[in-house]
Amino acid sequence: MRKKVIEVSNLTKKFGNFTAVDHITFDVDEGEIFGFLGANGAGKTTAMQMLCGISMPTAGEGRVAGYDIIKENELIKRNIGYMSQKFSLYEDLKVWENIRLFGGIYGLSEKEIADKTDELLKRLDFEQERDTLVKYLPLGWKQKLAFSVAIFHEPKIVFLDEPTGGVDPAMRRQFWEMIYDAADRGITVFVTTHYMDEAEYCNRVSIMVDGHIEALDSPAALRQQFNTDSMDEVFRKLARKAERF
Amino acid sequence: MKIIKFLIEKEFKQMFRNPLIPRMIVMYPIMVLLVFPWAVSFEVKNIKIDVVDHGKSVYSKRLIDKMAASKYFILHDTPPDYKSAMFNMENGDTDMIVEIPATFDKDIVKDKNSKVRVAVNSVNGTQGLLGSNYIMQIVNDFSSELRAELINTLPPQQRASLMSIPQVDIIPKYKYNPGLDYKNFMIPGFMVLLLTLICGILPALNIVMEKESGTINQINVTPVNRIAFILAKLIPFWIVGLVVMIISVFTAYLLYGLWPTGSILAVLISAVVFILSISGFGLIISNYSETLQQASFLVMFFILILILLGGMFTPVSGMPSWAQLIAAINPFSYLTETLRMIYLNGSTLADVSGKLLAMALIALFLNGWAVLSYKKRG
Repeated sequence: MRKKVIEVSNLTKKFGNFTAVDHITFDVDEGEIFGFLGANGAGKTTAMQMLCGISMPTAGEGRVAGYDIIKENELIKRNIGYMSQKFSLYEDLKVWENIRLFGGIYGLSEKEIADKTDELLKRLDFEQERDTLVKYLPLGWKQKLAFSVAIFHEPKIVFLDEPTGGVDPAMRRQFWEMIYDAADRGITVFVTTHYMDEAEYCNRVSIMVDGHIEALDSPAALRQQFNTDSMDEVFRKLARKAERF
Repeated sequence: MKIIKFLIEKEFKQMFRNPLIPRMIVMYPIMVLLVFPWAVSFEVKNIKIDVVDHGKSVYSKRLIDKMAASKYFILHDTPPDYKSAMFNMENGDTDMIVEIPATFDKDIVKDKNSKVRVAVNSVNGTQGLLGSNYIMQIVNDFSSELRAELINTLPPQQRASLMSIPQVDIIPKYKYNPGLDYKNFMIPGFMVLLLTLICGILPALNIVMEKESGTINQINVTPVNRIAFILAKLIPFWIVGLVVMIISVFTAYLLYGLWPTGSILAVLISAVVFILSISGFGLIISNYSETLQQASFLVMFFILILILLGGMFTPVSGMPSWAQLIAAINPFSYLTETLRMIYLNGSTLADVSGKLLAMALIALFLNGWAVLSYKKRG
């Protein structure tokens, strides 16, 4: 039995009368690549923000990286990385300055930051962009940088909110290679996406509809369950039930 | 707390990469101190005056000359009657009417007593009050002159008996600002205004800009401590404010020869305490705002209150008690008073320590609030 790094039960978030996330219950194993799927507005981002400790759940409970999501949210933050849907590194800082800032915030020493920055830029083949202001980078490169910054401090779990939105296919492939690389190093990956080919890359996927989790299993098992040969079809069958929007 | 170094470094990099802010820090104090002390003044000069002289006598001529010679008055017209003078005032051509009766000379010589009528346009209360005061002063001077002349014409015996009548004169001695120069009074106020605008508005726009660009989310998912985050926002403005203050002090000296008669150290220390409080206030606004528009509207609104109730333009002691209550928690009014004390009265650090303590408490309160209102979880 593998260790669970995320366990939640009946997690709920309401904004006034609107229930964005409605009693979701699931768990994620250590080292897993977990795909968190759902149509636009299904509540994926809200759920993810509750797990990351930046959104207070209305009801329910859960543990992330061994800490309680209600009471120990600041301790969770030491052990996770997060890449938001909207690019949110500092555009007016240079590439190395962004890396240095977040390295410093996570408590890395000057020496560690300097060594790891060199190593990271080399691995990304990014050395000539070290002194470029982030706002001048093309989107694909920004996303790669944001992902690298999110796992710079070697977290237990990394949360990726639509990391490949708007990125070209070649760059998406490279991006998924980076994800696999991180998973190989033992980092649990929690990722949302709208690309069903990417869902196939995940160990398990959940599909959210109107704030509920309607399906949760490995891609192969889901295809079998819905009697089809593509994840696309699985998604469409489930999303058709949506009443919201 | 080690991480605060990284955060401050980031704030400074962003500030100096902004095309406007570094220039503003240098140019703003110079421009404000160069222009406003000349224009914003309560001195009432060049009051236009109409004299209706019914007697056209020797004495009335002397009185009119005396008025026209004063730097406060410009003799606008000498209409034949009060009605046409009033017409001028209603048209806004003149501010004041002095009517001298036909019997002016006769009254003075015979009854030793005469009256002059003065009418003042008091739409602008300050001008009305000061104008009529100046006129009264001139008329009083004139009557003293006349009395001295008349006494001299009397036989010696009578003169002695008149001289023995006691007479009280008030001779004011203007302390601390002997030239009654409004610039000396206003410049310390403008320094406070500058610090308020720069160190109040910039922080108010700062955190909300991170909200709009989304970078605050990336910060909120890190284990960054709230106190460290707020301090890292505060300290750069603290340094910027100190630079603004130093530039202001030297600009005031170079342009107006105004240097604190008290301790220069006290000037800088009180500025530093003030900056902390006003920046903390800006950060609170930023924390409560969701958009840049909200933040700028709110900060303008509150800064206007701080300034108008801060005793820069009108003395706090003349305000109603509710406004005085606000002044008691208004850092603006503390620094305005402190700087005036140090600049004009020659106060030392010890003299202003009470006000410094009050400002420090306000700063502590506001910054504590700023930390608490910064929510990492929505």
